Amino acid sequence: MLPSPDEFKITLEQLLPGVSLTLDAGWLVVAPNDLVAVCRCLKENERFSLDYLANLTAVDYPSEQRMDLVYHLYSMAKKHGPVMLKVRLPRAHPVVASVTPIWRGAEFQEREVYDLFGVTFEGHPDLRRILMWEGFEGHPMRKDYVVEDQDVPT
Amino acid sequence: MELKTSISPTIETQQLEVNLGPQHPSTHGVFRMIATLDGERIVKLKPVMGYLHRNHEQIGERATYIASFPFTDRLDYFCAMSNNFGLALAIEKLGGIQASERGEYLRVIMAELTRLVNHTAVIGFLLNDMGAFGTPLLYAFREREKILDLFEAASGSRMMCNYVRPGGVREDVPEGWLERAREIVNAFPRFLDEFEALLTENEIVQQRCQHVGVLSKELAMNASITGPMLRASGVNYDIRKVDGYSIYPRFTFKIPLGTVGDVYDRYYVRILEMRESVNILQQALKEIPDSSASPAISPKGLALVKAPRTFRPPRGEAYGRIEAPKGELGFYLVSDGSSQPYRYHVRAPSFINLTVLEDMCLGYKVADVIIILGSIDIVMGEVDR
Repeated sequence: MLPSPDEFKITLEQLLPGVSLTLDAGWLVVAPNDLVAVCRCLKENERFSLDYLANLTAVDYPSEQRMDLVYHLYSMAKKHGPVMLKVRLPRAHPVVASVTPIWRGAEFQEREVYDLFGVTFEGHPDLRRILMWEGFEGHPMRKDYVVEDQDVPT
Repeated sequence: MELKTSISPTIETQQLEVNLGPQHPSTHGVFRMIATLDGERIVKLKPVMGYLHRNHEQIGERATYIASFPFTDRLDYFCAMSNNFGLALAIEKLGGIQASERGEYLRVIMAELTRLVNHTAVIGFLLNDMGAFGTPLLYAFREREKILDLFEAASGSRMMCNYVRPGGVREDVPEGWLERAREIVNAFPRFLDEFEALLTENEIVQQRCQHVGVLSKELAMNASITGPMLRASGVNYDIRKVDGYSIYPRFTFKIPLGTVGDVYDRYYVRILEMRESVNILQQALKEIPDSSASPAISPKGLALVKAPRTFRPPRGEAYGRIEAPKGELGFYLVSDGSSQPYRYHVRAPSFINLTVLEDMCLGYKVADVIIILGSIDIVMGEVDR
């Protein structure tokens, strides 16, 4: 069985000196700079062995000037989970390290977040738009994106 | 892109860049692959998608929770029932809704029937991709049609069912439906025997599929592959067992696993999965409580369905996932306390399963790429969303 989020926080902070985590309603909130270290530990430490990144997406909060990245981690080997990570980024300059080197499964999901939210993932092997076409301007899943109304003649 | 020129001792050769798709029947919709070839062999392959993108997620954020159900039908249009089921589970988690007993049974019956529909169709298409035009596909579609008739009788629509709701199902099944379902389910193994007699030990199928498009266990786990594709690589991970959502823990069924992880294993795991689905269906159709004992939808679910705008789940987040026929289908919902989700995200299995397409194709021939793609089982409605 997985430890509770509180125990998680304590164990991780012991394993990784210099990393500090906060808890928010069952979520582990990780500082952007610590993300790769925390993810690597969660995957490689045998207590957790979270080998499966199930879901990666973003949530935009323009009123608070931030953008949250959301990670749902499970373990296929130990069949436990989910461990839910959150990374809070400043909305004006959303840049974070890519976790694709740790879980290949992040490759397309990070490209999708880059495409639809405009978050840049440093160290991603092939960061291009995936659903929208090349040369498209803007990021359609941001809350302030203005949808063209095709029924209204211009 | 720069293409390499290599000089063999006798002939000068050049690599060739070929576009497979987007307008090509073997790509299962509008999907494009930019393949770099060295002779017949693939040295590089980049998938290009998004031709069917309609920003399903943003549509979901502009609608009430219930109004998203008909849109989920159009994600993976072969498996409308399981898509509805996934969203219903996420909403139930978010709003703390309990499903009625009969509703749970009906949902599981529908989800497993969907698995039969999907797997028969995908095997038919796979054979089509191999060059067996028409015949296996029509054998598969003949059986699929019977199940679609069942869906039509229950929901009014063959493919766009829009049937499952938080708390149960939209409406109870009509009289005599369960008997019809029993007949069809009991006759299904006979069709599988016939299908298998034609295919499983067929020499051409074996030669085309065995040791083609091998996906290792390690890569499959690392690349978040789910569903029959993961199990064909030998990883025992089925969300029906792991999470035990809905009433799956009540049924006894096995998880078929492959050993090699090639196209043949992916074909055969699907056949075996269908046999297990029949197994689950037979148990569920036997145990389902009478409609006088339990309604098809719980009172809380019914209230939500009747007045969708009054449903305002408390602030919070929920991730509901099911074992859809193609893999893990997840719905991530964020509520800000209003009647519309603040964030609505779909974790689509066939989109993420495409991550390893290039890894599986490298070194194989162009004709193999077509069946490797066919064995992943993608539906563009879900890939592009």
